[in-house]
Amino acid sequence: MPSRLVRPAIHGVLLLLAAAYLVPLLVVVLNSLRSTDDIMQTSMIGWPRTLVWSNFSETWSHYCIAEHCSGIRPYFVNSLEMTIPATIVSTLLGALNGYSLALWRFRGDTWVFGIITLGVFLPEQMKLVPWVIVLRDLGLFNTIAGLVLIHIVQGLSFTTLFCRNYYTSIPVDLLKAARIDGAGFFRIFWRIVLPLSPPILIVTVIWQFTGIWNEYLYGVTFAAGEQQPITAALIALSAHISEAPLYGEQSAAVLLAAAPTLLVYLFGGRYFLRGLTSGAVK
Amino acid sequence: MSALRIRDVWKRYGLLPVLKGIDLDIDNGEFTILVGPSGCGKSTLLNIIAGLDTASQGRIEIGGRAMDGVAAKDRNIAMVFQSYALYPSMTVRQNMTFGMECRRVPKRQQIEAVDRVARLLQIEALLNRKPSQLSGGQRQRVAMGRALVRDPLLFLFDEPLSNLDAKLRVEMRMEIKRLHARLGSTIVYVTHDQIEAMTLATRIAVMHQGEVQQFADPDTVYNRPANLFVARFMGAPAMNTLPARLAAADGRLVAILGDGTVQLPVPPACGDLSQAGREVVLGIRPECIAEPTRHFDGDPANTLKLDIGVEMTEPTGAETIVLLRLAGQEALARISPDIRLQPGATARFAVDTRKICLFDPDTERLIA
Repeated sequence: MPSRLVRPAIHGVLLLLAAAYLVPLLVVVLNSLRSTDDIMQTSMIGWPRTLVWSNFSETWSHYCIAEHCSGIRPYFVNSLEMTIPATIVSTLLGALNGYSLALWRFRGDTWVFGIITLGVFLPEQMKLVPWVIVLRDLGLFNTIAGLVLIHIVQGLSFTTLFCRNYYTSIPVDLLKAARIDGAGFFRIFWRIVLPLSPPILIVTVIWQFTGIWNEYLYGVTFAAGEQQPITAALIALSAHISEAPLYGEQSAAVLLAAAPTLLVYLFGGRYFLRGLTSGAVK
Repeated sequence: MSALRIRDVWKRYGLLPVLKGIDLDIDNGEFTILVGPSGCGKSTLLNIIAGLDTASQGRIEIGGRAMDGVAAKDRNIAMVFQSYALYPSMTVRQNMTFGMECRRVPKRQQIEAVDRVARLLQIEALLNRKPSQLSGGQRQRVAMGRALVRDPLLFLFDEPLSNLDAKLRVEMRMEIKRLHARLGSTIVYVTHDQIEAMTLATRIAVMHQGEVQQFADPDTVYNRPANLFVARFMGAPAMNTLPARLAAADGRLVAILGDGTVQLPVPPACGDLSQAGREVVLGIRPECIAEPTRHFDGDPANTLKLDIGVEMTEPTGAETIVLLRLAGQEALARISPDIRLQPGATARFAVDTRKICLFDPDTERLIA
């Protein structure tokens, strides 16, 4: 092939693949704007005859899930109440862990780090039973607080790994200077290390937020009824499809449930790549 | 009063000793330089003085106070790092006040201290900048400023000029010397650069393999090195060290070099006729071998004229370094740059024998 055609050919293939990848999203977006009649009479795949925006308001506040006709809003709120505190706390604790592991060497620190990061490789279904016991004993079964606790602890492996690897690029001399200046462990963290951390904190926040928001297994196992996060509630919603399919509203529900992570990606995606590849101090 | 006393300090990593019983006494107002090749333990010693590292054994006293278990922040010291270690997210002013803030110095005093030091170092215009907006030389100044606002008992410098380019390094070297003369502070300064050591120090501690080889003023270290290591480490190009045998000739002690073709009179300080017959290593600085018209100070009898084979010349501009074949061995000379010598030819040189040093070939120590 002539070399001047290589680049357009590559681009063409990539565009095709990207389009194929985006087709499901397109179908859902289109269906969220069609009436159920429209969908039933023609096909799941098609352009809206008229734009039906009411699918979103219906599904947000009136749609019935497991006999509760309050829409997906309460579940959406559950997810926010679970995801935001769990993201913030696991990120801050991860930063603190990473800081002490990277910059305050102590006997056995590499072992501690190894054991913490082992958590990254443990599948979550393996930890179901231990969590059942912990939540039962703490009286946190079927509460959002219980889910927050789970996600903080589970998240620590990742946040510690990210932050520790980032903080190893902070020169040790910086800490020595601060120690001579009279700063202690926490003052050095707040005044010197944390101000250097935005790149890696953005990475961990995005990672934690999307991970916790999208998490399904714990949500469906440890919460029931009105305590469920949105991922679990969506399944209850689709359980009705066989009886009375409401494709338009269901598509709108899926889009609303995916909106926060999509927004986080759109606004934070470039920081994500930048943060993963940058060092702390130029 | 002794500003810093170091007694039998050892540091071991596992079984490996990196400091082997260091003893140093440093007086108030002294500019002490710890110099040695990398890995000699000089930075470790500095960190131990600072309280950033702990000795395996031994004692440190600062201002007469034992430092056992005293944290770095409570030792009343200030330190300047090779990497400058400026806090990247703080302005220059905040960098300088951070320590005072930690020690709860009143705001007013902080401002006064920063103003005083900024004026001293001429960094007033930089106070609101971040370290990333500064050049290497400016960062170096700010790092010194951060140390100076404290007014400590002891300043510790850890290779502070190594990250600067050659020209700036010379400028800052002079500036540090001027500051020391002006403030009269006590400084312990680590470097691997023997020129820095010679130019700055009031006393030099030459370190090698975890031991202090010699602790003396620059003149003594340069002219009467305690052993062959010091002789070869201090000075560039290094001192010529040539195997020789002592003998008596005309009632004087002389050293017969290598193949026996060259005889050099030995200064009386190196020993008397009873040493005749002894094998030694003779040390002579390259600047003691020069063009024949050179007049060294003192008695002309101490200047010897010799014909020596020239192997190679290295003109540096200010002088020319000549590689010689002296009694079968390589030796260096420093001659006036105006003289052009042909490699392979034999030329006449003036040799200043006053500063010859003799070393024991087995112990490598100076024979005094």
